[in-house]
Amino acid sequence: MSLTHKITFALNGKPVRADADVASSALELLRGAFELGGTKLACGEGECGACTIIVDGRSRNSCLMPAVDLEGREVLTVEGLWREDGIDPVQQAFVDEGAIQCGFCTPGMIMQTKYLLSRNPDLTAEEAERGLEGNVCRCTGYKKIIAAAIGAGTGARD
Amino acid sequence: MLPQNKCPPEIEDYVSAQSLAEAVAAMADGQGSALAGGSDLWAQKDSGNGRMRKRLVNINRVPDLRGVSEAGGVIRLGALTTMTELLESTLLRDKVPVLAKTADRFASSQIRNVATIGGNIANASPAGDAVLPLIGLDAQVELVSKRGKRSLPLDSFFRGPGKTVMEADELIAAVEFATPPKGFHGVFCKSGPRPALEISVVAMCLTGILKGGKLTGPRLVFGAVGPTPMRCVKTEALIDGKALDDALIAEALAIMATEIAPIDDFRASKWYRTQMAQTFLEAELNACR
Repeated sequence: MSLTHKITFALNGKPVRADADVASSALELLRGAFELGGTKLACGEGECGACTIIVDGRSRNSCLMPAVDLEGREVLTVEGLWREDGIDPVQQAFVDEGAIQCGFCTPGMIMQTKYLLSRNPDLTAEEAERGLEGNVCRCTGYKKIIAAAIGAGTGARD
Repeated sequence: MLPQNKCPPEIEDYVSAQSLAEAVAAMADGQGSALAGGSDLWAQKDSGNGRMRKRLVNINRVPDLRGVSEAGGVIRLGALTTMTELLESTLLRDKVPVLAKTADRFASSQIRNVATIGGNIANASPAGDAVLPLIGLDAQVELVSKRGKRSLPLDSFFRGPGKTVMEADELIAAVEFATPPKGFHGVFCKSGPRPALEISVVAMCLTGILKGGKLTGPRLVFGAVGPTPMRCVKTEALIDGKALDDALIAEALAIMATEIAPIDDFRASKWYRTQMAQTFLEAELNACR
C-alpha cells in the first residue's frame, strides 16, 4: 500500500482536494484523479516538454514534479485555457498557423508559449526558439510553431 | 546500493517542512531525501540507483532556504535559488554576470524554473554546470543539521560522481561568496550535442581580475572531464598576473591537459574532451589579451 498525503490546491482557477500518492507525479495526478488528459506523458524525464503546466506563474515539467508538491499552489493546465468566448489566443495562433501535426506535443507547446508570453508579450523569433528549447515535436513542425508563438504574442499585445 | 534493475525503495514517510527547524528535524536520522525542484531527484527516482531514502522531505516551503541577498560584501544564495532566479536577479546580473551566463545555458526553460543551486550541488554530477562558476567565485557551502551549522569551500565538497562530504543528516542551506571586485572577469563555456538540455561534454569556467591583458587570481574550473568538477591549480599558478602571450597560452594548454582527467564514454571520447577543453581555454585566454 503506497503512502498518500492530502493536498489542496487551485486547479484552473478552482480550489480542489486530492489524496496524492507520495510516489506519484503531478502529471499522474492530473491525468488520473482529475481526468485532465491534455497534459501528456512522453519522455517522463524532463527532456520533451509534452507535460508542461504552469505552476505559480512558472512553466515546469509536470512529470518531474511530485504530486504532493502541488499543495497550496496555483496550477494551470491546457484545459484551463478554455474561455466562455472561445479558445485562448495562443491556441488560436497555433490553429491559424497550422502549427499542429499529430498534436501530441501541442498542449505542452501551447503552455510553454503561454508562459513565455506572460514574461514577454513581444517575442522575437530567437526568443521563441530559445524559450521552446525544452519542447520537442517529433513531426518536426518547428517553423510553424515558432510562427504561432510570435503571432500569439502580437495578438496578445493588440 | 541497489542492483540496477531493482525497484527503488518505497517512500515510507512524507514531511512537508514549513521551517528550517522542521526540515532539519526530518533529516536528523539520516533517512531523509530533500526535495527541492525535483528535476534531478524525481528523474532519478525510478532508476534504482539508491539515492532516494525512505522519507521524502519537501523543503520548498522553508523561507530560510530562499532568496538572493548581499550584506557586508558577501552575496548569499539560498539553496532554493533557481536557475531562473540567477537569470532574472538584477543584483546578480549587475555584480556576477557569469552566473546568469551559466544559467542561460542550463537545461530548458521549464527545468530552469525549478532546478535549484542547492540541488545542482547536492546531486554532485561531474557535469553539473552551476557548480563551476561558484567554484570560480571561491564560494562556501553552508550545511545545516540538528548537530549545528558548518561552512566549507565548494571546491572541497565533491568526492566523486554523486558523492560529497555532506553527511546524511545535513541539508545545504546556502552558498556564499565575496562580491566580485571591480575588474572581475568571468566566462562560462559549454559543449554538448545540442543547445538545449545538453549534458555537458565539456564545460569550463574561467574567472579572475582582468587588467591590462593579465588575469590575476585566476580560477580555472572544468566540468565533465573528471569524476568531480576539476580545478586546474597548476594552470592557474602559471598564468596568474602574467602577460598572456602565445608562448604562455601554449604552455597553459599543455599543463591544463595534465590536470584534467577525462574519460571515454558514450557522450564523447577522452581525446575529444581534451581537445574541447583546450579550445575553450585557448579562446578565453586570447580574449583576455
